[in-house]
Amino acid sequence: MPVLTENDTRIWRRRTTGKSLVLWFGWLLGLAAFVVCWQRISGATTWFFVQDAPRIAGDIWTRATPPRWEYLSQLGKPIWDTLNIATLGTLIALVLAVPVAFLAARNTTPSKLIVRPIALLIIVSTRSINSLIWALLLIAIIGPGVFAGVIAIAIRSVGFCAKLIYEAIEEIEHAQVEAITATGASRWQVMAYGIVPQILPAFAGVAVFRWDINIRESTVLGLVGAGGIGLQLSASLNTLAWPQVSLILLVILFAVVISEWVSAKVRGAII
Amino acid sequence: MSGVGTGTGELEALLGRRWRKPAFIKRPALRWALALGFVVYLIAAVLTIPVDWARVYDGLDRGMAFIGAFAHPDFVSRGSDIGEGLLESIVITVAASVVGIAISIPIGLGAARNIAPLPVYLLCRAIIAISRALQEIIVAILLVAIFGFGPLAGFLTLSFATIGFLSKLLAEDIEAMDRVQAEAVRATGARWSQWINYGVQPQVIPRLVGLSMYRVDINFRESAILGLVGAGGIGATLNTAFDRYEYDTAAAILILIIGIVMGLEYLSGLIRTRVQ
Repeated sequence: MPVLTENDTRIWRRRTTGKSLVLWFGWLLGLAAFVVCWQRISGATTWFFVQDAPRIAGDIWTRATPPRWEYLSQLGKPIWDTLNIATLGTLIALVLAVPVAFLAARNTTPSKLIVRPIALLIIVSTRSINSLIWALLLIAIIGPGVFAGVIAIAIRSVGFCAKLIYEAIEEIEHAQVEAITATGASRWQVMAYGIVPQILPAFAGVAVFRWDINIRESTVLGLVGAGGIGLQLSASLNTLAWPQVSLILLVILFAVVISEWVSAKVRGAII
Repeated sequence: MSGVGTGTGELEALLGRRWRKPAFIKRPALRWALALGFVVYLIAAVLTIPVDWARVYDGLDRGMAFIGAFAHPDFVSRGSDIGEGLLESIVITVAASVVGIAISIPIGLGAARNIAPLPVYLLCRAIIAISRALQEIIVAILLVAIFGFGPLAGFLTLSFATIGFLSKLLAEDIEAMDRVQAEAVRATGARWSQWINYGVQPQVIPRLVGLSMYRVDINFRESAILGLVGAGGIGATLNTAFDRYEYDTAAAILILIIGIVMGLEYLSGLIRTRVQ
């Protein structure tokens, strides 16, 4: 606790002089980095357009309101597709994520030197790349459509689910596993009766949580051609049909709110 | 054992029966209804997805070519484009993270019910709800339409998204803090700013730093897709590479993104252990 003596009175301070200097220098460095970044952004911006922005925003607003409600009748199938992309994608991801998680967890992996790093690499690489990029790639490979969207969502979710599941596996209580082992159970029986019941709640939570995120992500996959309501959004944007755009945005907002509500309810019931 | 009447009764009923694993969902009716509904949905969903297997089969060669491209990524032939795109992504990430974090601290304070008055609380919660409900890419499309192409739209998008994410978690953290410390500081006669600075801030700073690092990581990942809608960053280069089937360039970009994300994750791990 640094205490300073000044004119014979002792004053408490939070940091020593050296520490405050280091802190101050850190802030200076951060500020400098920010200024450099801002200058680059500013250099690449046409400020004339930015000055015009309020007028443009007002213009778009007047064009977009009111939403074209009749268009809602054409959105049934796209919404169904979006739901399918999210749900099937999550299911495939969970099927793939469970073995990866067991290979990645320190207490269940068969080999810490070879298998675990590979499993971790799978987790990091699928997690680092956005589902839109996976969708772009899959469209180039298997053609545009809902199927590409399902696979893109599945690949993107594997890493996320596997990471959360393997963390749950590492946190299990060891005594239960030992008790099952002591009865003479085989490796698989230990897995089924000692480990799985302990991670089941976490697993269900992860599944619903990821499903909720996937609903959000699958609404925009159509922008690159991977099916769902994003296709309609992209088509309406391209034809500058702003009343349709605003309606689609409202529908997406509604879907996101509903999925978040469902996920919160289910997770509340589990935990 | 006569003292535990119901217990013995239950035991009697269970004796001689094979033990079965207790089901995850206890009520049988709910369990079967959920299972049946799920199967019906699954069949309906799979039947309505059109899959052109011939096209998929044709694509397998290209898929293999792409996986092969990871073995020999081409960093050189589009080197300058990749460099510029990545630099722009990093610039957007840094600027948006700084601005986003700076704005989300006051909003986070305002959205914590235990330190903010009701009107401020409602306003801040509304801002958070709007920011969280709107997808980054949709915000980017609207901002590109308003501000024109370029990194400014991307910067604004990510700043806006950061606010929703960070303020919400910060507010929850403040609401869960230990009141005793904050009250002790207040009892010394501290001003509001001193109260926040010495009573609240030390309690939430470690988690705030951790969350901020996590958000920097997310912002970088998101900045990679902003280019798809013209909001700057590496996405435009990546999109072009896919469109032209230049898989070795695309593989190079993806490897760089994964590498940077891994580096950021490592860095945030270091910082988090130092702060806590």
